Amino acid sequence: MANPLRRRSALDISPLAKVVSYVLLVGWSFVVLFPLYWLAVTSLKLPIQVDKGPFYVPFVDFQPTLAAWHNILVELGNDTLRPYANTVVVGLTSAVLALVMGSVAAYALVRFTYRPKIGLIALFIVCVGSAYGGILAGVPVPLALVSAAAVFALLAQAIGRRFRATLGNDDIAFWLISQRILPPIAVVVPLYVLFQQMGLLDSQGALVLTYVATNLPIVVWLMRDYFASLPVELEEAAAVDGASVYRIVRSVVLPVAVPGLVATFLITLIFAWNEYLIALILSSARAQTMPLLVAAQDATRGPQWWAMSVLVLIMIVPVIVMAIILERFISRGILVGAVKG
Amino acid sequence: MASSDKPVQLEPPRVVTDGLTPAARFPRRAIRSLGGWRSDGAARWVFIWPSVVVILVLSVFPLLASLTLAFSRLVFQKGRVDVQFVDVKNFSVLLFGTERTHLLGLLKAPTPLGWVVFGLGLALVVRFLVAAARQTGMRPLRFGLRVVGALLVTALLWLVVQTLFSEGGRPGSLVVTMIYVFAGIVIQYVLGLGLAILAVQPLRGRRFFRVVFLLPLTITPIGVGYMFRMMTDTGKGPLEPLFAALGMTHYTWVTDPWAARIAVIIGDAWQWTPFVFIILLAALEGQDQEVKEAALVDGASHWQTFRHITIPAILPVSTTIVLIRLIEGFKIVDMPNILTGGGPGTATQSLTLQAYLDWRTLNLGRSAATAYILLLLVTFIATAYVAWARRRVAAT
Repeated sequence: MANPLRRRSALDISPLAKVVSYVLLVGWSFVVLFPLYWLAVTSLKLPIQVDKGPFYVPFVDFQPTLAAWHNILVELGNDTLRPYANTVVVGLTSAVLALVMGSVAAYALVRFTYRPKIGLIALFIVCVGSAYGGILAGVPVPLALVSAAAVFALLAQAIGRRFRATLGNDDIAFWLISQRILPPIAVVVPLYVLFQQMGLLDSQGALVLTYVATNLPIVVWLMRDYFASLPVELEEAAAVDGASVYRIVRSVVLPVAVPGLVATFLITLIFAWNEYLIALILSSARAQTMPLLVAAQDATRGPQWWAMSVLVLIMIVPVIVMAIILERFISRGILVGAVKG
Repeated sequence: MASSDKPVQLEPPRVVTDGLTPAARFPRRAIRSLGGWRSDGAARWVFIWPSVVVILVLSVFPLLASLTLAFSRLVFQKGRVDVQFVDVKNFSVLLFGTERTHLLGLLKAPTPLGWVVFGLGLALVVRFLVAAARQTGMRPLRFGLRVVGALLVTALLWLVVQTLFSEGGRPGSLVVTMIYVFAGIVIQYVLGLGLAILAVQPLRGRRFFRVVFLLPLTITPIGVGYMFRMMTDTGKGPLEPLFAALGMTHYTWVTDPWAARIAVIIGDAWQWTPFVFIILLAALEGQDQEVKEAALVDGASHWQTFRHITIPAILPVSTTIVLIRLIEGFKIVDMPNILTGGGPGTATQSLTLQAYLDWRTLNLGRSAATAYILLLLVTFIATAYVAWARRRVAAT
């Protein structure tokens, strides 16, 4: 960031613009931080202090207490710790997996050309449809799946070559993102049945798998733009030097795509960290995650604001730490340095 | 969108007549420099198949099963659940039956202003169709699709005019969702871009601001919902002095449809602006600074460099952000559910909230039908948007 050789003067802005920038930056910081401050203050209140009207400053307006913190962290310590650990494990695992799988797929969609045949896709859909119809009509699940796969393989072998019309990379990408259009509420019951059949209900694995699948399209789309904005010359140079594709991706492409990778990782981590509805359906006691605990504070007695505040605050701490650590990688200079070697 | 650098299609080396592959006839390096690494057989498939398989496995069955649900009714009996096939009844109840007002709203004859709006919209649609018809090389299928699209847009416009620009009409969850989405995208994009531009300026303490600006995104949506319920409480909330100063202490915004909708839009913007912010920040930081510096040194103004260098550079990622926010925005549910419970009446209900409320009362069929109406609508809008954006990006 502090490159002494760069002529900072050209990019520098006038003093007036600086003042305006600071006013705007501080203004928005206030908009962001004030609700969070209110959460922090609320977490130090007793129910009666919340009910009596707005009190702003601890010790001045009201006598703060750690009752809610004590309740959540000590008295209910084990009930908090397990969802907390689940959230960390599920969030990190699914974000890393989605980032790895999604970014190589994004790279492939930018640099390679795919020509999926419309005929084969239609054939696949027909086979899946008839297998599903068979299952509904009472055919045993394994039999239906195996015979549909066999029919698909046979027909693809026999007439696959005749299909001419193809789709392109953009169509694959659109298919991926279109998987996010249907609201989760429509698929949670089928998902429940699916994981019940696989014996994975109430496990971290089920949540990781679902979050990877739901976050992959976002990773692919965001990383596709970053990869497309990188100069292809670097990769070509590496190829001329005899590097394999895997080597090029690992040592040439990924290092210069770090800002994009970091931003995308943070977003997928946050999505998995905070997801509520799917976790509600797929987990009960063992694999419960933190958002369920937050929602549980609005049960029969009305919202327990103080407990909710504590939970939200302890939930965002690891993400903030992660953001502070990773922020430095979303900085210029990385790409420039790479190009200059 | 990847159109800025279209992959070059290269045929795999063919066996030529004299029995030597090109690889044997030319030095290996030359082949590779021609882009041989781009057609590396194994990597092509290794890179993309894991993602495709995971998504296929986890989406095909739920998609089919929820489609089945949309055409059925669940009958709960002792110890088992019967799934009855009910044809399109779930859809017809939503579109023409008792749930029509809920989904589409109360339709009334448009006011004069409504007619003007409708006329203007219709003129745009006709212009679009005429332009499409005049375009050379337009295939009948594509033109047919555009006609269908134009009809759908006209129908949506007519719905908006009848519910929003009419005497005594009120919008249903469909129009309310569209208000959330389009207001949300504009507000969030403008704010996010502004903040990203501020946060790349060479200013002291910008790392602090960057992390702070990200904060709202890190809070679980449920938590944000409850937080905004505290903030918007006119009696016990922290903004009580502000409400009091405005003489609104006893005013309950929850009973005013538009105030409640605006509260939902504000909460949504507070939460999702950081999403736009962080992606644009990474895009701005990834930009080649030397081009900009060179332009500035050559006497271009900051505005000119922004207009002609920065905007084209962030255009592709911007179209992706808008697409993602479009798709995600249509699924808005937690904010209206927690903040207003969908009220007053059904004034702040989104499509997904409507599906959620049906789901909670175990009317899974109607819930799935609502979700599929959403799916069709968003697929149409997203397809049209992507086609338009692709042409725009290609043009710059």
